Amino acid sequence: MTDASAIGIAGALRAVLQRDLRIALRRRADTGSALVFFVIVVSLFPLGVGSQFELLRRMGPGVVWVAALLASMLAMGRLFADDHADGTLEQMLLSPVPLSLLVLAKTVAHWLSSGLLLVLVSPLLALQFDLGAEAAGVLLLSLLLGTPLLSLIGAVGAALTVGLRGAGVLLALLVLPLCTPALIFGAGAVESSLAGLGVAAHFSLLGAMLLLALLLAPLAAAAALRIALE
Amino acid sequence: MSWTRFAAPQRFYPLAGRAVPWFAGLALLLGVAGLYIGLLLAPTDHQQGEAYRIIFVHVPAAWMSMVIYVAMAFWAAVGLMFNTRLASMLAVALAPTGAWMTFLALWTGALWGKPTWGTWWVWDARLTSELILLFLYIGFMSLHASIDDERRADRAAAVLALVGVVNVPIIYFSVKWWNTLHQGASVSLTKAPSMATTMLWGMLIMALAFWMYSIAVALARTRVIILERERGARWVRQLLGTA
Repeated sequence: MTDASAIGIAGALRAVLQRDLRIALRRRADTGSALVFFVIVVSLFPLGVGSQFELLRRMGPGVVWVAALLASMLAMGRLFADDHADGTLEQMLLSPVPLSLLVLAKTVAHWLSSGLLLVLVSPLLALQFDLGAEAAGVLLLSLLLGTPLLSLIGAVGAALTVGLRGAGVLLALLVLPLCTPALIFGAGAVESSLAGLGVAAHFSLLGAMLLLALLLAPLAAAAALRIALE
Repeated sequence: MSWTRFAAPQRFYPLAGRAVPWFAGLALLLGVAGLYIGLLLAPTDHQQGEAYRIIFVHVPAAWMSMVIYVAMAFWAAVGLMFNTRLASMLAVALAPTGAWMTFLALWTGALWGKPTWGTWWVWDARLTSELILLFLYIGFMSLHASIDDERRADRAAAVLALVGVVNVPIIYFSVKWWNTLHQGASVSLTKAPSMATTMLWGMLIMALAFWMYSIAVALARTRVIILERERGARWVRQLLGTA
């Protein structure tokens, strides 16, 4: 990070965003593994519970959402781990740019390279569960609102567990209970669309939670990073 | 003399030592009185028979599970903001008791559910959010346990407890709405049964007994944590005769 007065806060954030996206592009195997995990987990369910379309249609939204939750947590561990290992994180702490904004930029970059991929592939999975075009669209939109929320909550967990033994499992343990509201309203939106009810209420609540998390999660994650590196 | 005088672990240790027997004694007395009222004096319920008597343990445990989480988050926040060691120790000492109360509430709830609704578990809003509360307690304790440096562990766990406190109402209401959406539970738990006065008294006395028990155990655990963390201090070594 160079002098903030020279490039400004916006410049610094853009630099962090570009750097993280470039790293994600160059490590395609890492970036893609969460996506493959997502597809595998979803595809395992029909093998476990049977392939009657009646059953799959009922379970589909919830299964896709739970798998998205797990895949997000799996990817979350990488958010700060590499930067912590090579000392970049300490430089970010020393930079005059507010740490919470840098965390937000990193989280956005992380979502673009993990959560967004899950969103884009979800209509294909909806086909596996015989969800119609409309339900598949609602599923895509609910994940589009929900996965950034998961990334933001996950960022707090990633910051709390950075540099710890067994950080991956611990991260999931801390964060998964906090993600239940996203799961409820995300999967609920698809279910109520299937039942012919409106989805506006679910989307409004998901959006409200996303805004709240946008405001608070970077602050909490920045506080956790300061504690981890003091 | 300011109340912060006892914020020093060295001074708090003997104070807590004097307080523990009183709280423990009160817990025992109130517990015996509450159980006597609850099990022997309170009338048999006309709908549920004798099975309802588990509320004298179940309801106080459920109350404590929530009260202790708030108390834990409060002390963790005090420890984080004012950098006081004792406040963080109190938070850490409260967590296992809170988790135990949550588990007890779930367990007795299951024992109560079987004879009255015919099932050990329903995905009711209260049961589900209580289960998530147990996960939050476990997360707090796991995070604290996996960081070797105590002060760092205190502060990180405090951040988690605060995030949890913001989330608990959101979780509660989302589970509630989810539940009404699904209309899964055929039995409504929200219908308050008209309660006989003796039942109410028994429950209130049992709740007080649980308060006293929780305070006694948390203070005793705080004393142990103080000894463990201050083991290098001269007063601890003198106390333990290892100086």
